Amino acid sequence: MTNDSQLPPDFVAPHVRNLPKSGIRAFFDIVASCKDVISLGIGEPDFDTPWHIRARVIEAIESGATKYTSNLGSPELRKEIAAYTARSYGVTYDWEKEIIATVGVSEAFDIAFRATLSPGDEVLYHEPCFVAYAPLIRTAHAVPVPVVTHRKDNFRLSVAELEKCLTPKTKALFINYPNNPTGATLNHADVKALADFARRHNLLVYTDEVYSELTYEGDRYSIAAEPGMKERTVFLNGFSKAWSMTGFRLGFVCAPPALTEAMMKIHQYGMMCASSLSQVAGVEALQNGDDDIKTMRDSYKLRRNYVVASLNEMGLDCFMPSGAFYVFPSIASTTLTSDEFALQLLNQESVASVPGTAFGTCGEGFIRCSYATSMAQLKKAMERMSNFVKRHTK
Amino acid sequence: MDDLLNLLKENARESDDTLAKMLNTSVEDVRKRITELEESGVIRAYQAVINSDIITDVNEVSAVIELRIRPEREGGFDRIAQKVGGFPQVVSIFLMSGAYDLMLIVKGKNLQEVALFVSSKLATIDGVLSTSTHFMLKTYKDQGVLMTKDEHDQRLPITP
Ligand SMILES: Cc1ncc(COP(=O)(O)O)c(C=O)c1O
Repeated sequence: MTNDSQLPPDFVAPHVRNLPKSGIRAFFDIVASCKDVISLGIGEPDFDTPWHIRARVIEAIESGATKYTSNLGSPELRKEIAAYTARSYGVTYDWEKEIIATVGVSEAFDIAFRATLSPGDEVLYHEPCFVAYAPLIRTAHAVPVPVVTHRKDNFRLSVAELEKCLTPKTKALFINYPNNPTGATLNHADVKALADFARRHNLLVYTDEVYSELTYEGDRYSIAAEPGMKERTVFLNGFSKAWSMTGFRLGFVCAPPALTEAMMKIHQYGMMCASSLSQVAGVEALQNGDDDIKTMRDSYKLRRNYVVASLNEMGLDCFMPSGAFYVFPSIASTTLTSDEFALQLLNQESVASVPGTAFGTCGEGFIRCSYATSMAQLKKAMERMSNFVKRHTK
Repeated sequence: MDDLLNLLKENARESDDTLAKMLNTSVEDVRKRITELEESGVIRAYQAVINSDIITDVNEVSAVIELRIRPEREGGFDRIAQKVGGFPQVVSIFLMSGAYDLMLIVKGKNLQEVALFVSSKLATIDGVLSTSTHFMLKTYKDQGVLMTKDEHDQRLPITP
């Protein structure tokens, strides 16, 4: 016999117990139980990791590069990252003091938040957005403050919306462009306005630029490159998307020396270092991967065009996004909510998408479709979706 | 190469409608550009890439033939390539740098037939100094297409 006093107490920390589960996780379980599904729900490239990168890692295993590296990452990789950020973004980081190689951009978020946020600090971030930001800000005991972006602005973040959410406790601004889930990008005027906002209110800026290589039109501008911004910016990037290296789990974070030093403490004790083999892969990617990126980018662009044209043709309003590999069509022409649309599309047509609500409440009325899938699959998916929409139009 | 040609190289049977959507243009524009490419001779033909190793009823062998040719003052290679190209058994002819001059791909019903063709029809052409025949045993990859690609997608069906 047991009585209540013998039950173990609830050991889970309250701020973790109260974290919402990712909406994507719930949907994943449903999709995983279905057979022969065409998935437009995959947030990773369909290309194999380029062979020369894999071959270099095989050589590295053979030659014994299987030991801890410097906590910050191997000097070779950090020098390549410094050269890369200089040539691609026009921002020069000191490889010895301003760069850490991380376990994906995901770890970089975590150490960046924990190194800079105190209990009660408010962080402005825009929705719809990637699922990890708000929960990780919470686990750093700070307060995530969502700022809406709108279809009418093609989901670009406006200073007017930011101003509405500003309080004396606002410490930082988090931005992610090109954006998951909308594919939105910022033009130079947008970036300048955000930089101006950050400087005016003395904010720290985190910028997740993991999709920046996948920009299809126009130049890309990092906020870190704006005057006076490098000093207050944590620049986050990684190899998952543009080099198709998701499973390698390799990212990097660049920031002024004091911030890097602070993040380094957490990384050093919590992670020791990123995988030595993945770091070798990263060096090869940065040294010889430019052509691979171009090949993949060219292919994504054509698929994007196809999917956007098809969605608009079937009556789902969709703007032409200039980055990442997602489209975010409106389902307002149907009688369904985002969750209903995604679930019924899966059950009736075996096509998986992700309800917009998984990326924030303002994602209601939209779904996310990834076009990082073969043309053959995309064609079938668009045909099935078109039939589905016909049956559910208002 | 332009995007349209690249797409047709990848899949010559792609519908005009899909091509138009991918290229962000109209179906009429796609048709016009394809007609121009055909008429100007840029597009010579449309063919399927076939894995003949798994077709059981094919009676066909292929060989790479290296030809060395006596140097001539003018147009020697072109003259012989023209002659060789007339034979339907010869499916490809390339002018090469290196130890020999022309590389041919020749198809026939069996080894004997190809060997006989080489010795009686190719080696006897005036100006051909020597031939060297290499039979193909198995095709792993042809025209950029792997013949035995494992199509299994290792990605999870939904990721953030
Ligand atoms: C916007 C965004 N940031 C970060 C990540 C995570 O990247 P990594 O694989 O480097 O952890 C993703 C992955 O989907 C993403 O979409």
